[in-house]
Amino acid sequence: MVKKLMESIREQKKNSILAMVTISGEVVFEVIIPLLMANLIDYGIDMGDMGYIVKMGIVLLLSALGQLFCGAISGKFAAIASSGFARNLRHDMFYKVQNYSFSNIDKFSTASIVTRLTTDVTNLQNTYQMIIRMAVRSPLMAIFSLVAAFGIDTKLSLIFLAIIPVLVLGLYFIMTRTHPIFERVFRTYDKLNSVVQENLHGIRVVKSFVREDYENKKFTAISENIYKDFKKAEQQLAWNAPLMQLCMYAAVLLLSWFGARTIVACGGDAATGLSTGELLSLLSYATQILMSLMGLSMIFVMLTMSRTSGERVVELLNETPDITTPENAVKSVPDGSIDFEHVQFSYRHGTEGKPVLSDINLHIPAGATVGVIGGTGSSKSSFVQLIPRLYDVDLGAVKVGGIDVRKYDLDTLRGDVAMVLQKNVLFSGTIKDNLRWGDENATDEEIRHACQLAQADDFIQTFPKGYDTYIEQGGTNVSGGQKQRLCIARALLKKPKILILDDSTSAVDTRTDALIRGAFAKEIPNTTKIIIAQRIASVQGADMILVLDDGKIVSCGTHNELMQTSPIYREVYESQTKGDPDNATAS
Amino acid sequence: MPPRPNGPRLSMKESMKQLDKKTLFRLLSYMKPYRLHLVFVFICIAVSAFASVMSSLFLKSLIDDYISPLLLESNPNFSGLLYALLQMAVIYVIGAFSTLFYNRTMAVVSQGTLKKIRDEMFEHMQTLPIKFFDTHTHGDIMSFYTNDTDTLRQMISQSIPQTLSSIFTVVSVFCSMLTLSIWLTLFLIAFLFVMFKIVGKVTAKSGSYFVRQQQSLGNVNGYIEEMINGQKVIKVFCHEDKTKVEFDKRNDDLFTNASEANKFANILGPIMNALGYFLYVLIAVLGGGLALAGVPNLTLTGMGIMTLGGIASFLQLSRSFVMPISQVTQQISSIIMAMAGASRIFSLLDAESEKDEGYVTLVNAEKKNGVLTETDKHTGLWAWKHPHKDGTVTYTELTGHVELEDVDFGYTPEKTVLHDITLYAEPGQKVAFVGATGAGKTTITNLINRFYDISDGKIRYDGINITKIKKPDLRRSLGVVLQDVNLFTGTVMENIRYGKLDATDEECIAAAKLANADGFIRMLPQGYDTVLSGDGSGLSQGQRQLISIARAAVADPPVMILDEATSSIDTRTEAIVQSGMDALMKGRTVFVIAHRLSTVQNSDVIMVLDHGHIIERGSHRDLIAQKGTYYRLYTGAFELE
Repeated sequence: MVKKLMESIREQKKNSILAMVTISGEVVFEVIIPLLMANLIDYGIDMGDMGYIVKMGIVLLLSALGQLFCGAISGKFAAIASSGFARNLRHDMFYKVQNYSFSNIDKFSTASIVTRLTTDVTNLQNTYQMIIRMAVRSPLMAIFSLVAAFGIDTKLSLIFLAIIPVLVLGLYFIMTRTHPIFERVFRTYDKLNSVVQENLHGIRVVKSFVREDYENKKFTAISENIYKDFKKAEQQLAWNAPLMQLCMYAAVLLLSWFGARTIVACGGDAATGLSTGELLSLLSYATQILMSLMGLSMIFVMLTMSRTSGERVVELLNETPDITTPENAVKSVPDGSIDFEHVQFSYRHGTEGKPVLSDINLHIPAGATVGVIGGTGSSKSSFVQLIPRLYDVDLGAVKVGGIDVRKYDLDTLRGDVAMVLQKNVLFSGTIKDNLRWGDENATDEEIRHACQLAQADDFIQTFPKGYDTYIEQGGTNVSGGQKQRLCIARALLKKPKILILDDSTSAVDTRTDALIRGAFAKEIPNTTKIIIAQRIASVQGADMILVLDDGKIVSCGTHNELMQTSPIYREVYESQTKGDPDNATAS
Repeated sequence: MPPRPNGPRLSMKESMKQLDKKTLFRLLSYMKPYRLHLVFVFICIAVSAFASVMSSLFLKSLIDDYISPLLLESNPNFSGLLYALLQMAVIYVIGAFSTLFYNRTMAVVSQGTLKKIRDEMFEHMQTLPIKFFDTHTHGDIMSFYTNDTDTLRQMISQSIPQTLSSIFTVVSVFCSMLTLSIWLTLFLIAFLFVMFKIVGKVTAKSGSYFVRQQQSLGNVNGYIEEMINGQKVIKVFCHEDKTKVEFDKRNDDLFTNASEANKFANILGPIMNALGYFLYVLIAVLGGGLALAGVPNLTLTGMGIMTLGGIASFLQLSRSFVMPISQVTQQISSIIMAMAGASRIFSLLDAESEKDEGYVTLVNAEKKNGVLTETDKHTGLWAWKHPHKDGTVTYTELTGHVELEDVDFGYTPEKTVLHDITLYAEPGQKVAFVGATGAGKTTITNLINRFYDISDGKIRYDGINITKIKKPDLRRSLGVVLQDVNLFTGTVMENIRYGKLDATDEECIAAAKLANADGFIRMLPQGYDTVLSGDGSGLSQGQRQLISIARAAVADPPVMILDEATSSIDTRTEAIVQSGMDALMKGRTVFVIAHRLSTVQNSDVIMVLDHGHIIERGSHRDLIAQKGTYYRLYTGAFELE
């Protein structure tokens, strides 16, 4: 996991290393300064030597400036390095997701991808900064201080060697006990978030059924769990500070006792034993050593907390896109014909379970209009999604223009196979911006023309700002039917060889629906059109109508043929025209 | 709290300060239930701080009172020192335990406070009007629960105890310093003043960058959310590269602001340290100078001469004085973030709740000798309980008679989207709305259950103005199947039971059968016990709709609103659903919004809407005979074939 994450450091390696190097400088000054201060007191103040005070003062000031310089520089580098690391990580993840195929996207929920890219990255950014600053600083500080302490008095410094293991063991014990609780808390947090999210999405349902209290109870129960677990974890962690204090106080007392005896024994002569000034230095090193160990333990806490984030990020980065452009890919689509040869398809390749589509054999000539009718769960959408290779087949082959879709360059294939998805999305931006997704160089006339075909021009003209009307995120300021027509216009701008409408006019009224189909027949006769619909009227005039049931093509033919041969088709037709016998005969 | 006069006298900065103070006090008020805990924490922090101050004072006495005299003795007796050390050991142990106690208690206080805030947020959110949810993005609302609450946790569990402990340390060190030299203490205060100025400058700078960082972060996160939501569209249009370019632009912008903000935050620590050393040197020089010049020293205990030992001690103390202050400044950025988080949370809590002035309630009733009386039993017969000003109570049977009279409505006051809507629905009638998208069909149904309030006119339910009916009771009497289906994490059974919490398994299954959902539910791996997650993502749109119909069916309301409910179920399934629905609709008043005219043909009344006006009304036959818009709509689909 760490290795994968480290790949995103890249150009920030230099800054990270600089931050670590300069912070070592800061540490050196920080270890020297107590010595200087002790000298200032021992030889300056205590002796009343004003000259020494000023001289030492200047040295001290310079050291302080040195520390400030190193610290500031290191702070700067660390800030740049950690922000840069976060930027790279976000970049890598976002790019990775862009390369995902539909089945990769299906695997993660949208919300979970978003959390990984936002909250988790921020967590890792903080942790990274902590590591390059504290992870170098703390051990260095401990080592330098320990060296300095041993330099002053070896025997007394053995006290540190006795106390450090106690602290380390204690911290280790606390960490191992809190870790599982923290992991549990984070899982519960996910649950809490999903309750809030569902509540937000379903607020109309909640209010309609007057379930506010029920939702409150659900929320409070999870909230209570978080409270209990988090409290428990923090109470375990609460042992950290007193443990540290006890160790430090023990060090102070032991140093005082043995230090006093040593000083008295040698008569306070630094050369043969220990001076009072040296004892003070030892005591301040004690603080520094133990404080830095404490700092290290805080790093472990941070690591514990961000481990889950790391895992979630890496999971996203390690996901391999299962649909990619092959080598020597075909760069142009000859025509809009489509062939299905013994196609079998399931969403989870290889695992047991019934295939969603099985044994599909079909030839659609270029320029044909094909209607697809079928019940809920009859795999109509799955069927058409194989054409622009949004998913790969398990067995058999899908061919566009006589060439297997797996041999095409993906951009080429999808550029010529336009698909209007059932669950479609507009993006924030003007109507024009949205339409230019289809063709970024489209002229205003071309845009207008596409909208006229999709019967969107009329309502766009009624907006005060026309084509420059701003679409809110998620297209909330246009109605469902308007959104669908805009999505069709967007697809038309691609000037595709194949156009697939996956139930894309369900929210459009019947008259407009008919106008759209009429425009298609007149204006883009050479484009192969595949229309999935619920309304028979939408497919009635097609050259070929497929009736799908349970993942199989059960019937295929024109309207009149199917009325004769397909009981399912007839049943649907009659259910839609019932109560109006005149019409049934009219067609 | 009365509104503050918003005069021009308050500068931007001052009003910010005012705001923060208010936010802080409000935040603290959430800790009120933990008053006793806090008093205990207070004491423990004081004891713990006292122990650490004692520790630094002890060093002076160790040298001055023990080591130096012992050095002069030929036969040193260490028993005095041992006694002093034991005394210190006791103080230390007490100090360490105080630290433990306050940390453990703070865990209770901080988590308890957070829980309270969290629960209150959610509870309050449930009372907010639909308008709030329509005008805020879900991401924004989510971050109240995630990011903002998290910043509060940081502040309550770390910053507050840290600050308290620092204050105690500073105060006790300050007192000790006064006993050494008032002159030097005054000098130190003056220096502190300068120090705060510098810190203020740096934090102001970093603060403005932090604001920018948050803005860019919001910008990047918003983009991520939008693009990931539309990821499949991006794939279909091969728009990956363009999306990447745009993303990089925003991401780089965030990088710039984030590194600036963090730079200033990181530099603060070294600056504080360096200033601490500066102070040290200055005091050494000044103190030394004063002592050598023999300036009389003023202390709390009286006048005296400045001793060199005193200066040495003062220098030590100045370290203990600066350290906690610099620790507090380290907390500043997290406090700023927490205050920003808190004020966002409070803005949610301050969002105005849905108003409910209704007083007419829905009660179980039974008929005795033709007179309606209230009862506790579930009789299947419901009545509106209408208390009057003169103290009398009348009961009106719940029949499902709905009437709209000259109703005008607009989501914003400037733009009216429905004009002069007048319509009657007799109990058991089926009223259908047809019309082009955006004609205002869905809006009408938002008004009947008072998701939005009308701007003019009246809506009456069984002859009672709906503004007089308590909203929960009004909504309970209306069943709704919405265009966008929302299911909740839980089993299929639980999702159906959402319609009526005390429904038995049998009732739920019966409802599912009615909605024609039973068949596919039994095919699911665990049948009715199959757990749905992520809004029922494993199910098809149609299947989810079937469950939502079953959910409405189990609630068994007298009035139903079906908002384009059947539009994504295929016609075959729909035919079967329709027969179930017809059974369900029997005896109920139903409002249907549908696009397929085939589903509205058997309605009693069809309303044709256009630009917020009812332009035609009547039965299918009447409207066909009128040869108006409905006729064109109806025949239009076929004439082009």
